[in-house]
Amino acid sequence: MGLFSKFIAKIKGTNDFSPADWAELEQELLSSDVGPKLAKEFLDAAKKVKSDNAEEALIEIMTQNLSKSSHEPITVNGTTTIMVVGVNGTGKTTSVAKLASYYKRNGKSVVLAAGDTFRAAAVDQLKTWGERIGVLVISGKENGDPASVAFDGAQNAQKSQSDVFIIDTAGRLHNKSDLMAELAKVKRVVEKVSPINEVLLVIDATTGQNGLQQAKIFTESVEVTGIVLSKLDGSAKGGVALAIEAELGIPIKWIGTGESEGDFAPFDAQSYIKGLLA
Amino acid sequence: MFESLTSRFSGAFSSLRSKGKISSSDIETTCQEIRQALLESDVALSVVEDFIADIRQKSLGALPTLQSGTNQANAIFEIVNASLIEILGGQARRVRFAKNPPTVIMLAGLQGAGKTTLAGKLAKFYAEQGNTPLLVASDLQRPNAVTQLQVVGESVNVPVFAPEPGNGRGNPVKVAKDGIEFAKSKMYNMVIVDTAGRLGVDEDLMKQASDIRDAINPDEILFVVDAMIGQDAVRTSQAFLDGVGFDGVVLTKLDGDARGGAALSIASMTKRPIMFASTGEKLHEFDVFYPERMASRILGLGDVATLAEQAKKAFDTDTSAKLEAKFASGEDFTLEDFLDQLQAMSKMGNMSKLLGMLPGAGQMKKQIENFDEGEIVRTTAIVQSMTPTERRDPKVLNGSRRARIALGSGRKVSDVNNLVDRFTAAQKMMKQVRNGGMPAGMPPGMAMPAMPKVNAPVNKKKKSKSGNPAKRAQEEG
Repeated sequence: MGLFSKFIAKIKGTNDFSPADWAELEQELLSSDVGPKLAKEFLDAAKKVKSDNAEEALIEIMTQNLSKSSHEPITVNGTTTIMVVGVNGTGKTTSVAKLASYYKRNGKSVVLAAGDTFRAAAVDQLKTWGERIGVLVISGKENGDPASVAFDGAQNAQKSQSDVFIIDTAGRLHNKSDLMAELAKVKRVVEKVSPINEVLLVIDATTGQNGLQQAKIFTESVEVTGIVLSKLDGSAKGGVALAIEAELGIPIKWIGTGESEGDFAPFDAQSYIKGLLA
Repeated sequence: MFESLTSRFSGAFSSLRSKGKISSSDIETTCQEIRQALLESDVALSVVEDFIADIRQKSLGALPTLQSGTNQANAIFEIVNASLIEILGGQARRVRFAKNPPTVIMLAGLQGAGKTTLAGKLAKFYAEQGNTPLLVASDLQRPNAVTQLQVVGESVNVPVFAPEPGNGRGNPVKVAKDGIEFAKSKMYNMVIVDTAGRLGVDEDLMKQASDIRDAINPDEILFVVDAMIGQDAVRTSQAFLDGVGFDGVVLTKLDGDARGGAALSIASMTKRPIMFASTGEKLHEFDVFYPERMASRILGLGDVATLAEQAKKAFDTDTSAKLEAKFASGEDFTLEDFLDQLQAMSKMGNMSKLLGMLPGAGQMKKQIENFDEGEIVRTTAIVQSMTPTERRDPKVLNGSRRARIALGSGRKVSDVNNLVDRFTAAQKMMKQVRNGGMPAGMPPGMAMPAMPKVNAPVNKKKKSKSGNPAKRAQEEG
């Protein structure tokens, strides 16, 4: 039982807690990475809760902060085109593989584009995944133009009438404007073949408040439509994703929980919020 | 919400400096602002509370001994700065070399922290100092991690010991052990062992890490951590400390805009020094960690020491000696110097990174982030289209001269105007800095610690006559 649940147990049926209890609750909220602003909001709300179902009431308050946008992954008739973006080391390539595997298991045909032409061996990494899962990976030269690889992939997906086309991209820090411009170019070029229906930003669950800044700037350049919250199997709770939902209205769509292709599932609000409070 | 730690700190101190005399309640307000700033940058709450308690006590203790005036704010500022440096590890520590080579360095950390890239950077760093490192590919987990290390090794010209293909095959403990034997037999004096990323909560993998440790008996275990990590830094670093142990910390991705938070938490909780800082994807973007520089960065003082070092590498000695003399003598900084600098800077690489090290950069953060690297080329073209006279004295730039320059450089007149305006502003700021009067948001005498206030010419403008005749008469009288 987490500190928070203990706290809830303690306050059940009473409205008389000491400042030490509040400090404990603040600590717990902050440690989930929701950030000081949301933590304060929740704390203030918690102070008003007096009933026996304090936990439910708090879960509801937190749920209200979720984005109003749909948390369902987007699918369209014809080829659904998905671009996966994020800062370095969040697990983009792994997420691409997991997405591919998910759709494949659901009977869809999938084509991948190895758009990370920058990091050493990233293309090989995706190809290895492609072989494991049994999907086609379109790749170009290492250090080649990622937009051209993505373009080739899009054409291939169109020609083969694939259900899903997923573009992996190189990790980039959001404060590098040249790299963000490159990403916008990849999107522009692909959209000459077919519109990109979903742009997924991969956020590492261990990320702190910087995640907000990542989401904000990636959205400015490529209009992020959803979050993949990766590495939620660790001790990190991924609270910054809730801050992103509350602040920017970008919905979490997928949750990554391990290194195997099956460790991946569509977002479930209830279990996510409960996880924050665990 | 999106303000950086740096600008938060600047804000806290500029309001403190605006007070004539500081009371204990001002100190309390400042402490609360600093608390908020630290929390927003992901410093763990317990660390924040300790830090605040410490500076509150020191500040209140120092208050009665302080003179009135702005010195008070600076003294408080100095207390905060010193406390930050203390937490960040005081003096930077260097890698301990083994008495009997090879010196064995083992890397450990979460997935995606940047271990493999770091392995390459460390290898390059030590090879350049005359060592003979060997990289060992013990990350057999992540698809193609071995290939990645091989590519990295090749690009820094360091051999890679990779007997196993990885991708889930092979025994990482055996690879590490064999790697050490191989290094001994081939007389490498340093071995850098890359390991798979693992979660603190994954007991099996933590066991594997400690097995690797026991098999190779490393001289240094470095915990590699992403500078963007949040509150989990505390749990994860503790888990690694308990599970495998580490002697030092490496902060990666410091070229992002997340600064400070993780560094403070980890250093404070684990009492292990941060030894290296990784600042980019390219293999030379790496340096030893300097606590005092990091503290300056957090406080918005800029990282002048690093900037100076980088500059030293790029500027030839003549240019820098000339500039230094110029700066000290109080002579005006001209567009000619500016051109020299632009040209040297393009040698130094990424501009936004350099600008970020400047004092007061916190307040220009947005502009710096949006810095367009092509701007240097365009700006250089504009300055090069000026005559030497114009470069020395931009005041002569009238409309027709500006039109000619625009034509010559292929830019618009408005671009030329812009450059001249910005240059004039910069010139003014440098003058102010030299005279000890800081631009807003910077404490006097702090922005350029190494800059002596010698020969500061009296600002002639100050003596200018008042527009009010009565006042002027008074002044002259």
